[in-house]
Order: sequence, then structure tokens, then C-alpha cells
Amino acid sequence: MEKKDTRSGFGDGLLELGKQMGNVVALCADLTKSMKMEAFRNHCPDRFFQVGIAEANMIGIAAGMTIGGKIPYTGSFANFTTGRVYDQIRQSIAYSNKNVKICASHAGLTLGEDGATHQILEDIGLMKMLPNMTVICPCDYNQTRAATIAIANHYGPVYLRFGRPKLPVFTSKNDTFEIGKSVVMKRGRDITIIATGHLVWESIIASDFLLKKGIDAEIINVHTIKPLDKDTILDSIASTRAVVVAEEHQINGGLGDSIAQLLSIYMPTKMKSISINDMFGESGDPYLLMQKYKIDYQSIVNSALNLLSDCKK
Amino acid sequence: MFKLIKKLENISIQVRRDVLRMIYYAKSGHPGGSLSATDMLVVLYFHIMNHSNKFSIDGINEDIFFLSNGHISSLWYSVLARCGYFPLEELKTFRKINSRLQGHPTNAEELPGIRISSGSLGQGLSVALGAALSKKINNDKKIIYIMLGDGELQEGQIWEAAMFAAHYKIDNIISIIDCNGKQIDGNVDDIISLENLYYKWQSFGWNVVEIYKGNNIENIIIGVKYAKSLLGNNKPIVILLKTQMGYGVDFMVDDHNWHGMSLNEIQIKKALNQLKTDLKDY
Repeated sequence: MEKKDTRSGFGDGLLELGKQMGNVVALCADLTKSMKMEAFRNHCPDRFFQVGIAEANMIGIAAGMTIGGKIPYTGSFANFTTGRVYDQIRQSIAYSNKNVKICASHAGLTLGEDGATHQILEDIGLMKMLPNMTVICPCDYNQTRAATIAIANHYGPVYLRFGRPKLPVFTSKNDTFEIGKSVVMKRGRDITIIATGHLVWESIIASDFLLKKGIDAEIINVHTIKPLDKDTILDSIASTRAVVVAEEHQINGGLGDSIAQLLSIYMPTKMKSISINDMFGESGDPYLLMQKYKIDYQSIVNSALNLLSDCKK
Repeated sequence: MFKLIKKLENISIQVRRDVLRMIYYAKSGHPGGSLSATDMLVVLYFHIMNHSNKFSIDGINEDIFFLSNGHISSLWYSVLARCGYFPLEELKTFRKINSRLQGHPTNAEELPGIRISSGSLGQGLSVALGAALSKKINNDKKIIYIMLGDGELQEGQIWEAAMFAAHYKIDNIISIIDCNGKQIDGNVDDIISLENLYYKWQSFGWNVVEIYKGNNIENIIIGVKYAKSLLGNNKPIVILLKTQMGYGVDFMVDDHNWHGMSLNEIQIKKALNQLKTDLKDY
């Protein structure tokens, strides 16, 4: 299977928007190459703004550019464009409901060798807590490209999260992207695996292993963490009555929290969380880190088996 | 000119009455900075700016004003209401529940005249520069005005924005610093000195205009018109407006304690007695 990085999906989607929509502008804080924003810059030089190493200013400028009808896309690493500039996002974008698309690469552990200073694992929580904010975490190159384009036609602040490593491209180029509508990747009877970002791919591998053990897992790709697609999630869990949630994020504040809250209100169900257990990361090879911090497919398999054996007791 | 100055002075006095009455009835607010910046805001809205009270958020082909030091909201609300953006009566709702006149300005309640939320300091200059860039892309020749507090310059984001503006030669913006020399805890120079602001802004690549009597209508008009004459010269413009906190009320002048404090019954009577106009209170 072809492998591509999700940030290239962002870069290619942004270029397409640049060609199609004259009101789309882009800002970047000294990471044009890493963010794959060079193509947009070269094609639309008058609508690209290098802001230097000044993320707070970038957020403010983006908010201001909406006044006059622009749709700004800001690009930086997830760490520097969420936690570092939280108050700027909160006041100038979220509370002011500005049409800014905050686009973040290098999220999570799989940034790899740069280590914990750069591996933000709290960004989804930070962003989903803000009223007016839509939070999207696509699963592969094609879905990131489609999401990048789709959010231009949605009025309001969006946090779009993607990552550094090259990953299998397993969705189709022609799949439509609907904000807030989860995708059932595989039907199954015995357990629901809910995943976001590249953990969807890990869940697909996990489901093959589970099938060999006679367990038929349903897989839901929750690319939009907020607003959450309650119907698709509850429909699935109503029939499987067991759920594993997988994400590259802290256990506190991530997708797992959102699912647990939903279930506790509508459908109390036993659940296991594949996430980072209240720890900072470290330097290393991305996949070895996923194994060490237990967010790889093997951890999903183990959690599913444990959960199903708990349910039988 | 004399007639114009008299008219604007009269409006300034009435706006000061509005500000103090709003804060008195709300039992909270920020009178000190509101009174120091009153004359500039009155000159901008009643004489300088090309704007329409039929409000549109994008402000296409209009001059746009931003208030970065959002705590002086009572001043902005009074000026907007007196320009006809919304009914004067609504000033009564300042800082009360279910009001569009929030403690700090916000577009979230859709109050005409307000395009973004401010209050958490240091963010407004970046926002104003974004709006100025938007105007340039739209080939809109109108101007962005923004007011900041001097204490607010202690926020680092201001200097990120200052560098950006000069680098991109954003010359359709006039940034106004209300240099009243006070902040919550005392004198700005005693807390974290700003050193020489003229050289600071100049070295950041800005054209700097100083208005020494920032509570004098005639001086403000001359200064702002001079600043306007510098527009379009590949450099952003900043006005250092030397004002007095609490200007217009003798017991408030130059006293930092009036940054964020309401008045009692005796104080409001005493203050209003010093501010006489032939205009009507809301």
C-alpha cells in the first residue's frame, strides 16, 4: 500500500483551495517546508504571509484578516499553535467566532526524535473545550486533503490536526468528507473500535488479528471529534455493547473522554481507552514510541480481548 | 475650526458623563483610561473617520477602529451610541445580565460597531494588522485605526506585531498609544519601564507622531491629520498620545487607583458637577 504523510494532504488541499478560492489566504510561522505550504506560497505569493517565529501574532493576524472576508489558514506544529497561543485563540478566534482554520502538523508522539517538548498530546482537549471550535483529525493523506478543502466551506473556527510520519493511504481519493459525520470503515458484531487520526489504520490491522480469534470488530473513523457524531457512535455500540477508543492523545481530554461522556449519558457501556496515560513522551522512532506507550495495533488487540473477557464475567 | 472644536469638546464632556454614569450604575468598570482616551475617540468618530453607523462587520470601503485595551469599553460604547450605532438607552444595560454591552467589548453579542473581542491585552495590534492586510488585498483604500494602552505594551505580542507591520510595509494603519502613564498597580515606569517609546517604535521601523496634549481636541486634530499625511509611505504609523488618566474629573486625574474602580454616590455627584454640557444624558 502506498505511504504518504498527512501533512502533504494538507499542502495539496491548500494548493487546490488557492487555485479555486481567491479569498483563501495562508500564514505560516517559519515552518513552510515542514508544513508542506511551499506549493501554495509559490502559486499564490500575494496571499501567503510568512510571519516568522511569532505564533501569537500569527493567530491575531489571521483573526483580523477575516474582517474583509478572507479565509485564513494558519500553519505551524500542533504544540506551537494550540498550547502556546491558547488565549489568543480563545479570545480573538473562538469567542469572536472568526473563520480561521488552525492547521497543525507534527501532533503527538509520532513526531518522534524531537522529543516531548514538541510532542503535544493535549491539543485535542485544549481545542475541543473552546465553544465555537470544530476539531478534526483525519486518518490519512486522502482524508486530510479532503478535510482541508471541506473546512473552507464551513463558516467558523476549525482546528485541523495531522502529523509528520508517512502512513498507509487507505481511504479513496474520491471519498467525500462531511464535517461531523463519522465513517464506518468496517461492519462488525462483537465490539466497536472507535479511532481518530492514524489510529484508524492501527484499528484496521487490529481487527484482522481479532478476526483470527473469532472476534468481529466494527471500526468507526471519528475524524470530527467536535461536533461528535452521536448517532453513528450510539447505533454501533447499541448492537456491540463493548467499545475501545483509540487516539494519539492524553487519556485526559481526548476523544476517549468525549465518548465516555456520551455513553455515560445515553448508554452506559464498558469501554477501554488506547491513549497516553497522563505522561509526557520522549525521543525515539515513531513506531517504537507507539509500541512503548501502547497505542499500536497490538495494544488495541489486547484491550479488545480484555474488554470482551470482562464483559463475559 | 473654532466651532468644530467647541462642538467636539461638548461631545467629549457628554461622553465623560456617560462613562461615569454607566460605571456608577454598573457598580464596576474602568473610568481612568476611559477618561484619558475620550478626546481621541471623539475626534476619530465625530471628525476623522469615514464610517457608517449602518454597521457591517467587514467594513468594506470604511475606516475601521479597533480597541485593544478593551477594558475602556464604556468609552467606546458611549461614542458608538452617540454616533447612532445603537440606541442611547442601551447604555443602561452596561455590564448587566442579558446585555450586548459586555464588560469587555465583543462581537459575540452582535453589538453594532464591534468587530472582534478584546480585553485580554496585547492581541489587538495583530488583529488590526490582519484587517489592514485584508484591506490591501481587497484594494480598499480606507484606513485602520487602533488604540492600545501604554501598560499594554508590556505584552510581548505587541512587539511581534510591530516587527511584522514594518516588514510588510503596512502603511494603511494608524496605531494610537494612550500614554496615560498608569496601570493597575501604579506608574508604568515604576512597574516595567517602557524606556523611550519614540525611539523604540522608530527602531522597529514605524513612523512616530507625538501628541503632547492628548486631552486637547485641537492638538489631537492637528496630530491625527499629520499622521494621516504619512499614510502610504511604506511604513506603519504610531501616535504616542500623552494623556492624563481620569482627565476631566479633578479627584481622578493621574491616580492609578481609578483604573478599575466605580464611584460612590458622593463621588458621582461631584464628578458630574464638573462636567456640564447642553447635551442630554441617556
